[in-house]
Amino acid sequence: MSANSTIAAARPQIRGAATFLPPIILLAGAFVAFWLFPYDLGFMTRILIMMVFVLSFDLILGYAGIATLGHAAMYGCGAYAAGLFAIHVSADPLLGLAIGAAAGALIALVSGLLLMRAHGLSLLMLSIAVTMVLQETASKARGITGGADGLTGISMGPVLGIFEFDFIGKTAFWYAFCVLFVILLVLRVVVASPFGLALRGIKDSPSRMRAIGTPLYRRKVAAYVLGGAIAGIAGALTAQITSLVSIEAFNFALSAEVMVMLVLGGAGRLYGALIGTLVFMTVHHIAAGIDPFNWLFVIGFMVLAVVFFLPEGLISLPKRLMRLD
Amino acid sequence: MTTGLQVRNVSKNFGGLRVARDITLDLPAGARTALIGPNGAGKTTFANLIIGALEPTSGSIYLDGHDISKLPEATRVGAGIAKTFQITNLFRSLSVRDNVRLPILERERRTASFLRRYDGDSAVEEEVEKTLAEFQLLPLADHLVRNLAYGQQRLVELALTLSLKPRILILDEPAAGVPSSDSHLIIDAIKRLPADLSVLIIEHDMELVFEVANRIIVLVNGTILVEGTPQEISQDPKVRELYLGAGHG
Repeated sequence: MSANSTIAAARPQIRGAATFLPPIILLAGAFVAFWLFPYDLGFMTRILIMMVFVLSFDLILGYAGIATLGHAAMYGCGAYAAGLFAIHVSADPLLGLAIGAAAGALIALVSGLLLMRAHGLSLLMLSIAVTMVLQETASKARGITGGADGLTGISMGPVLGIFEFDFIGKTAFWYAFCVLFVILLVLRVVVASPFGLALRGIKDSPSRMRAIGTPLYRRKVAAYVLGGAIAGIAGALTAQITSLVSIEAFNFALSAEVMVMLVLGGAGRLYGALIGTLVFMTVHHIAAGIDPFNWLFVIGFMVLAVVFFLPEGLISLPKRLMRLD
Repeated sequence: MTTGLQVRNVSKNFGGLRVARDITLDLPAGARTALIGPNGAGKTTFANLIIGALEPTSGSIYLDGHDISKLPEATRVGAGIAKTFQITNLFRSLSVRDNVRLPILERERRTASFLRRYDGDSAVEEEVEKTLAEFQLLPLADHLVRNLAYGQQRLVELALTLSLKPRILILDEPAAGVPSSDSHLIIDAIKRLPADLSVLIIEHDMELVFEVANRIIVLVNGTILVEGTPQEISQDPKVRELYLGAGHG
């Protein structure tokens, strides 16, 4: 058998391992974390939700190369929509997630029709402006959103009519994990599709994409809406699990943190988003526990080190170490 | 119905600067036309007017008798006009195979599809492999484009553009920056282009121009100075003066 045919025969096996191994590791990791840290389920659930949020941003920034600083807009809308839906219509969590996704997608569509015509600094500024308008709207509409006090009174029914949310947070943990797992699988399908390849093309060279006949604007709006729907799901999860929607859901710092987590882990790889979120939130948690006033130094140095020494993010660390041999 | 591309009295101004003046030319099926001229003559601007990256200030462009002057670039590409870039413009972080695959998927209107793998269509994959083989790129198929030598990147540029199966192909300085040892790769590839394809080559390399073109247009200051067969152009006194200097006897 020639060398080429040996490589060709090995390719499906490599692809098989690459397909199944990471989700298995993720699942195993969730079980290990669940048993090792039973008193930190709340914190770990927050990490899982934030992973969903950062994954949604990975589709937009990591794959399509659309840099915004207003991703909290979709997260906040999803949170408020799911919270209001739970209070006024139905306490079913999955229905609430669908409403959160729809709200995130809707605001992404409405704002994306404008934003996706902008580039660079204008896009950054416009995306921040959209989030500020939404935050101000939520603050002023006190009668509906609770204003600066936040939306309270959210009480969720059991997941699938079976699993009640418990005080320790076991149901919330596994609920958030299942949502993350499904979102991850969906995104894996999307990024491996012709649409996903087109997004990578847009990130690499928009002018070349235009020259091969791609309707660039439509593809970018579609990516933004899909990312917005997933961000809306992350917001809805937060509302359902914490039973509160704070006005901080639209905070600029949240949009910025999402970008930092993605860059830290490695953009455009999906699993980089998971690693970045896990490392950022864990280091933040530990550092803030040790020194509540100076923890930002630790995060700052960590990001500096990664950007300088691992520009492709922490996910590229194993490859970099192998190259040192 | 008139087939091919017709350019009629096209002009382009950037503010007070006229970069294309009243250009009229035909590119019928099977044409091998070269557009030559000194730097700043407006050659690339003219190519951008045809492809739709720029809109003419006045005049019209027709494809098979239909006015396409107002159509956006993506629509013109779909109608069969494609262009290579003067400075290589590829998907640098994608593999050579994906650089060829993406235009084929786009041509087949598949890039809106979410649900199947991008490498899951056997007809597309067969065409990808065939195109790679045609351009002798199979050994490099899994390499990232950014890691290739410039001459190889120019070949990928050509393969990518031809994957769109255009009827009108504009080659903007296809051999620019390619070492002379590799330029035969580009010349061979151009010679192998389908006979019915209409090709407009913008080029400074006269050796390449005379080797592949059967008609030459000389553009100076945004206007056509002279056009004719390679032999007519090489003997034209205005062209000789332009390229060899006024004192050349």
